Amino acid sequence: MLFEERQLPGDGTLAAAFRCPQCGRAVGLLTNPMETQLVASLGVKIGGTTIDPQPLETVRGMVTTGREDAFEDGEEETGKGKGPIPAWSPEAQERLARVPNFVRGMVKKIYADYARDRGIGEITPAVMDNARSELGLEGM
Amino acid sequence: MPLNIRTYHELTEPDRSGLPGQIATQRRRVAERLAGVGRVVAAMSGKGGVGKSFATAGLARAMARGGRAAGVLDADFNGPTIPALLHLPVAGCTLRENAIEPAVSAEGVRCFSMGLLLQDGRPLGFRGPQAESHVWRETLEAATLREFLADVAWGALDRLLVDLPPGIQRFQELVDLLPTPPAVVTVTIPTAESGAAVRRAMQFARECGAELLGVVENMVDGAFTGRAGEELASEFGVPLLARIPWHPTPDVWEGVAGRL
Repeated sequence: MLFEERQLPGDGTLAAAFRCPQCGRAVGLLTNPMETQLVASLGVKIGGTTIDPQPLETVRGMVTTGREDAFEDGEEETGKGKGPIPAWSPEAQERLARVPNFVRGMVKKIYADYARDRGIGEITPAVMDNARSELGLEGM
Repeated sequence: MPLNIRTYHELTEPDRSGLPGQIATQRRRVAERLAGVGRVVAAMSGKGGVGKSFATAGLARAMARGGRAAGVLDADFNGPTIPALLHLPVAGCTLRENAIEPAVSAEGVRCFSMGLLLQDGRPLGFRGPQAESHVWRETLEAATLREFLADVAWGALDRLLVDLPPGIQRFQELVDLLPTPPAVVTVTIPTAESGAAVRRAMQFARECGAELLGVVENMVDGAFTGRAGEELASEFGVPLLARIPWHPTPDVWEGVAGRL
């Protein structure tokens, strides 16, 4: 069976599809919020990951009582992908601004890396949705 | 017609999730980050209120004053006290070369702690389903320990002291994460009750393959009576490193630090 697709609808659940390359049979994996949380707590991703781990990725993504000024991400948040530095659409900036500052720098870097790796010149909410689904960024 | 269900071990294609590989990568990252650390020493007691954090900070400061490179990982995520004991200023953590820079005390002790990240007065809260949160919370705290080990730029250290919370769970996680079990310095107060709890922790550490460096008996000239430190040291065949009074002078810690 080959991993085919992963979806994170944002309600704590996860859906993944796998398909047999020989017979074409497909099976789905659905996890409830508790199961999703337990796997996420291990710091691993169903379906694998294509991006390098970010420093304190789990802590920054999961802690809800962190200080707004706990991290000074600096220039790292612009990302280090292959392509040019992407622009952020006003809608994407607005959405990013809603991310808690505790994790915002890391999230911004992940999206920027995603866009640069794919030669995407402008990050829009649609690009963010695609990245979220492809990279398994539940809640980001 | 019966379904032709294939089970996990009948899968014939590579597992793209690669969960064992992801775990192995996590462990490798810990080992690589700690490659420059001479020795990881866990400060352990198995119970609360004996002064583990106080002793850990005193030992780290003494090491730094003696010219040794020392770091403290505050593994008490729910009651972090090390930043205050090291007199660290509140400041943002800086990201550099894919790692977080540790805070550094005026004496040169490198430190990382949940206390540097949390809002004042707020408990450590995690995102996730709150009902039955005990199912995942300890796993998440173990992941936090892994990231504090692997993602902080500890650099070259003679000693990395790990200040453990009460109990043995965090020590077990530390053993699981490190390439080899940490050395252990045990802290107790003089009472028989403390000795009974600390004995279990020392036995557990020994069963995990950890080297017991010795016992520090804390708070010896106050209201507590007993000889728990001496008895534990004798029982386990390890040195009683020091008997620490309520108001120790720096030289008391320096005497112990040199033996770790």
